Amino acid sequence: MNQVLAPTQRNEFPRLTAPTPWSTFSRFRRVRWGEFLTRSITFLSAAAILILTVALAWELYRASQLSIRQFGFKFITSSTWDPVAEDFGAITFIFGTLVTSAIALLLAVPIGLGAAICLAELAPRGLSSILTFIIELLAAVPSVIIGVIGVFVLVPFMREVGGPALKGALGFLPLFSGPNYGVGVLTAGVLLAMMVLPFIISVSREVLLAVPREQREASMALGATRWETTWHVAMVYARSGIFGSIFLALARALGETMAVTMVIGNTPQISASLFAPGYSMAAVIANEFSEATGDLYLNALIEIGLLLFVITMIINALARLMIWATVRKQSTVV
Amino acid sequence: MSRLRIAGILLGLAGFIVGSVPAFGQTQLNAAGATFPYPIYSKWFSEYHKKHPDIQINYQSIGSGGGIQQLLSRTVDFGASDGPMTDEQLKKSKIPILHFPTVLGAAVPSYNIPGVNAELNFSGETLANIYLGKITKWNDAAITRDNPGVKLPGTDIVVVHRSDGSGTTYIWTDFLSKVSPEWKSRVGHSTSVNWPVGLGGKGNEGVMGVVKQTPGAMGYVELIYAIQNHVPYGRVKNSTGIFVKADLKSVSEAAAGAATNMPADFRVSITNAPGKGAYPISSFTWLLIPEHFDNPQKGRIVVDFLKWMMVEGQQYTTSLAYAPLPKPVVAKEMKAVSKITF
Repeated sequence: MNQVLAPTQRNEFPRLTAPTPWSTFSRFRRVRWGEFLTRSITFLSAAAILILTVALAWELYRASQLSIRQFGFKFITSSTWDPVAEDFGAITFIFGTLVTSAIALLLAVPIGLGAAICLAELAPRGLSSILTFIIELLAAVPSVIIGVIGVFVLVPFMREVGGPALKGALGFLPLFSGPNYGVGVLTAGVLLAMMVLPFIISVSREVLLAVPREQREASMALGATRWETTWHVAMVYARSGIFGSIFLALARALGETMAVTMVIGNTPQISASLFAPGYSMAAVIANEFSEATGDLYLNALIEIGLLLFVITMIINALARLMIWATVRKQSTVV
Repeated sequence: MSRLRIAGILLGLAGFIVGSVPAFGQTQLNAAGATFPYPIYSKWFSEYHKKHPDIQINYQSIGSGGGIQQLLSRTVDFGASDGPMTDEQLKKSKIPILHFPTVLGAAVPSYNIPGVNAELNFSGETLANIYLGKITKWNDAAITRDNPGVKLPGTDIVVVHRSDGSGTTYIWTDFLSKVSPEWKSRVGHSTSVNWPVGLGGKGNEGVMGVVKQTPGAMGYVELIYAIQNHVPYGRVKNSTGIFVKADLKSVSEAAAGAATNMPADFRVSITNAPGKGAYPISSFTWLLIPEHFDNPQKGRIVVDFLKWMMVEGQQYTTSLAYAPLPKPVVAKEMKAVSKITF
């Protein structure tokens, strides 16, 4: 009798906590093979990510041994990059990567959030879906094509129009001083902003649309205007998703290679002026790796890869921390 | 029957991975290296395959550095490089490695000066001083002296160089090192260097893109690129004091001039070569061949290919805008081929 009832009982009271594959295994007779299999496969998939990350870090570390031993900490602080004398330092590249990414976010975040709010909250549904489709198309454009557009459109524009205008208005700042070639850190940042914009818009729009209707209705019922509802309710509800979109954009900006190298000027230097040419970490690896002949040279390039990996990790960790802090703070306030 | 077939497939697969495919009656050789000679190499390998349908030579244009690395780790049968291997690199190889010049390349100075359409003359020191940042204006006395009758403006020179490691940079900086002691001590020569001034463009097209768009810019590009894209470029003063415009003939002449005292291993720079008609910023590009092949079949093929390349193969060079090897160099290389054992 009991044995007959057992299956229906199991169906009526599904276990809420998923057993590990091993515990399933120990009660061999009641094993549900399908479940065991899916659990194992998904577990392996998850583990693969961890293994891949660790293997990547280890391989980068291993392959840059020569350079790490030779230069030590000086590698991070030195601004010399001399393949002939085999003297290498990465600070100029780190600077270029961080500054271009910062410019990109500074430009793309306000525009991206504005566009996302418009598309999710204000624009008519038809227009919104057409624009969203175009934005997603933009996200799929290969970076080398964006780079070509950068070379033929953005660079002349920055040299003839954008640069002189900035100089005229803000030329007293060291940021906008010095000769303007069209290629440089600022141009690279603007191009990166164009590249990450679609990510911010489409992800932010998605999370804004996912805000439950009840949240908005409740806010309206309390007498809030449409904008107040958007800003104080929908945006707050969706904040972690929006942060997520920004960090996705940041990750793309930090690692972008082709488009950046085509417009940044590829000069390893640190300059106060945003018009000055610079260099980024990803760009120097892409540029010099294929023809790097000396062992130390190759190791130094791989160490730059390792540094880029570490910096991306640090920034991601900080981002997580920031999300966690704001979410906690705001949830106590609300 | 089916077990036999599976064994056959496995054997074929193993052979495919190793690089020789006995199961299909074909011999495959793998090579990797320089990107600059890739168009002519792929033409050669495909013509050679037409002649010998059972032989397939795969070439990956991964760059000179990668070619040398792969050759040293024995993952390819032979390599290719735009710069000769250093003594240090040669020491790392268990089997001695031979250099065989295949074709010639050159770097040419291109510029964009509004209002100036004349072909400018540059001396080596002037080029070095421009790239050192010591000559900064187009109407500098050093430039106007070499260009009588050309009215040059007082605009700034925007120096452009390659940002990616490249054989073109190697030739360019090798020449500057020979003509300017200051360049030699401050910068030196390599596929990438620590540039004192200037903007970096990726590839020939990157350099040319910046030069074309920036008034007052000057950069250097590969001769083939300049010819194929109709890029105007200037003349350079050679070791005899004559301003020579780069073309296939003047580049081949540089090689012929250098052939007289060519070292036995062909690891020679022919920049600033003697000879009245020689273009001074020229260079060989090399195939890197191990002196001994464990697989006699591969050894035979490589020897046969090298001989074919130096005689019949050279006819394909000019249509692809590469300068062919001069006769005296071919004669010397023919002798060197006999060193290969298998």
